Amino acid sequence: MKEVYADNNATTRVAPEVKEAMLPFFEDLYGNPSSMHHFGAQVEKHLIYAREQVASLLNADPEEIVFTSCGTESDNAAIHGTLASYPEKRHIVTTKVEHNAVLHYCRHLQKNGYKVTELAVDRLGRLNLDELQNSLSDDTAIVSIMYANNETGVVFPIEQIGQIVKDRGIVFHTDAVQAGGKIPLNLSTLPVDFLSLSGHKLHAPKGVGVLYIRKGTRFSPLLIGGHQEHGRRAGTENVPYIVGIGKACELAQSYMEEERIRIGNLRDRLEIELLKSIPKARVNGDQGNRLPNTLNISFESVEGESILLLLSKEGIGASSGSACTSGSLEPSHVLRAMGVPFNAIHGSVRFSLSRYNTEGDISYIIEKLPSIIGRLREMSPFWSALS
Amino acid sequence: MWNYSEKLKDHFYNPRNVGIIENPDGVGEVGSLACGDALKLMIKLDEKGMISDAKFQTFGCGSAIASASALTEMIIGKTLEEAEKITNRDIADYLDGMPQEKMHCSVMGREALEAAIANYRKVDVGKKEEGEIVCQCFGITDTEIIRAVRENGLTTVEQVKNYTKAGGGCETCHPKIEALIALAQGEQKQEVPREVPAPKKRLSNIQKMKLVEETLEREIRPALKADGGDIDLIDMDGNRVFVALRGMCSSCPSSGFTLEKYVEGKLRELVSEDIVVVEVKS
Repeated sequence: MKEVYADNNATTRVAPEVKEAMLPFFEDLYGNPSSMHHFGAQVEKHLIYAREQVASLLNADPEEIVFTSCGTESDNAAIHGTLASYPEKRHIVTTKVEHNAVLHYCRHLQKNGYKVTELAVDRLGRLNLDELQNSLSDDTAIVSIMYANNETGVVFPIEQIGQIVKDRGIVFHTDAVQAGGKIPLNLSTLPVDFLSLSGHKLHAPKGVGVLYIRKGTRFSPLLIGGHQEHGRRAGTENVPYIVGIGKACELAQSYMEEERIRIGNLRDRLEIELLKSIPKARVNGDQGNRLPNTLNISFESVEGESILLLLSKEGIGASSGSACTSGSLEPSHVLRAMGVPFNAIHGSVRFSLSRYNTEGDISYIIEKLPSIIGRLREMSPFWSALS
Repeated sequence: MWNYSEKLKDHFYNPRNVGIIENPDGVGEVGSLACGDALKLMIKLDEKGMISDAKFQTFGCGSAIASASALTEMIIGKTLEEAEKITNRDIADYLDGMPQEKMHCSVMGREALEAAIANYRKVDVGKKEEGEIVCQCFGITDTEIIRAVRENGLTTVEQVKNYTKAGGGCETCHPKIEALIALAQGEQKQEVPREVPAPKKRLSNIQKMKLVEETLEREIRPALKADGGDIDLIDMDGNRVFVALRGMCSSCPSSGFTLEKYVEGKLRELVSEDIVVVEVKS
């Protein structure tokens, strides 16, 4: 059976080149990079190289790169590290559509006495920058706003946002887990203090992340107990995975220009064809300002999990914002914040592509999906009420 | 990915008895669009009072569709008295079990069956009237929770959530659910602690939302459509109902008038006196 993986915002396959680069570190190159012998020394140079590869993708200085265990750790560390450095400030600004690694951490802090502002978005998932401006005060310790949304792909104007925040002298963190490797990030000009990346979203394995910390930024580590990462993250370095994310960043950089256009065209074709062949379908998110790989589309009167199971039966992997797939009983907080009607939230499907997707994959989805939606609508009481 | 049994998958991929019965003897409708699952069960009886046909329409996940399909297979050929004895656990067992987190789908099946039988008998059970709403988010009563606990031997709040959805939203009712579990398990006769005596008539958020949805669907949308427009329910916050106007309505200069006088009036008449309609502009 044909298989199409179109859930790359959830995770990506490890690039074969990345796997190749990692293998020696499970075999001969097992030393601890901190050790004072050649076993350690020969590993340490690979650690240095990986740091350079990541820095190069971000146009940053290698010293500004800290390796972590995942995107969530990077997000938590940036916020924690700032709050600990500015104990007198008790206010955090974020958005209603952040990934839970930021949103739930902020709500956890709120329970512990911090004041948290969650900025709203409009129907297209866009922020109101005046609202951001007005939310800032002398008490604001940090602003954490994602670069691109994982569910809709909507890209926030991080340069403008960073400017507004930095003009007030406030620390700015951006969760760029979805943007990293998909669109160019230039930290030499971007007014950002902290930026998070995750390995497994850009064809490195799960279990490794990056926190960019701009030189001169006050920071207090989350993990304490070792000198590693210049005292910014204790714990013996996960060398094979760090080598893996280094290689993955190098590949992302070399493929970016060409793949961004090709993947964008594939996504656009998928969107146009699905809207054409399936009635009562709508795209969620600002179509003019999205990651090139992401399509979030709703089909009225059908439920997401059923769509995903029927897609999976045809070999297609995607995801949904419906309540049944969220692991909780509530549907997607992102689509709710955008004011997407319930009838469309529960029937939302996200397709997210990668450089391994082909024209054939898109044709296959276009061939299979309309009959799946039609079949579910035939048994839906809401559909028969509509038609 | 849920670990669904082969039998459940079969009932999802090949659901039995999907469709509509013309002139059914009983109809049961449970769930709502806002909750993310809904089931409409129709039954037909023969002259001996036996269920001769059952059909369903459903909006929901894999296990909701499979539960509805299984239910129809289970009740066809049974008398109402026999069918009445079917519990949610019987539905789950028929499907060789279902994930704990999905047990509320089997409960929805049992509720639809009860509603269809009550509808046939022309009894307005008004199940929500029987008990007191414990979970405001999903509109679940103490009676429903106690029943689920007893029938399924539940011991934790997490299990109650899986079986009834109660406590799956804001979580403020968790202490109450714990007390209900203790009550049902101990089969004590004492009253459940009720810190806040909730007024009986008050609608829970989800009941209100469901009523609003139904009212929009039946009373308001057809009228707007006749003028080339449409309306979408966006969200609800307390008594404020957020709607968006579509099509001709969105550009109609008198749409402000339409909303205030018409939609709000209808909702106040049919749902609740205190409804305020807020138009959301695209």
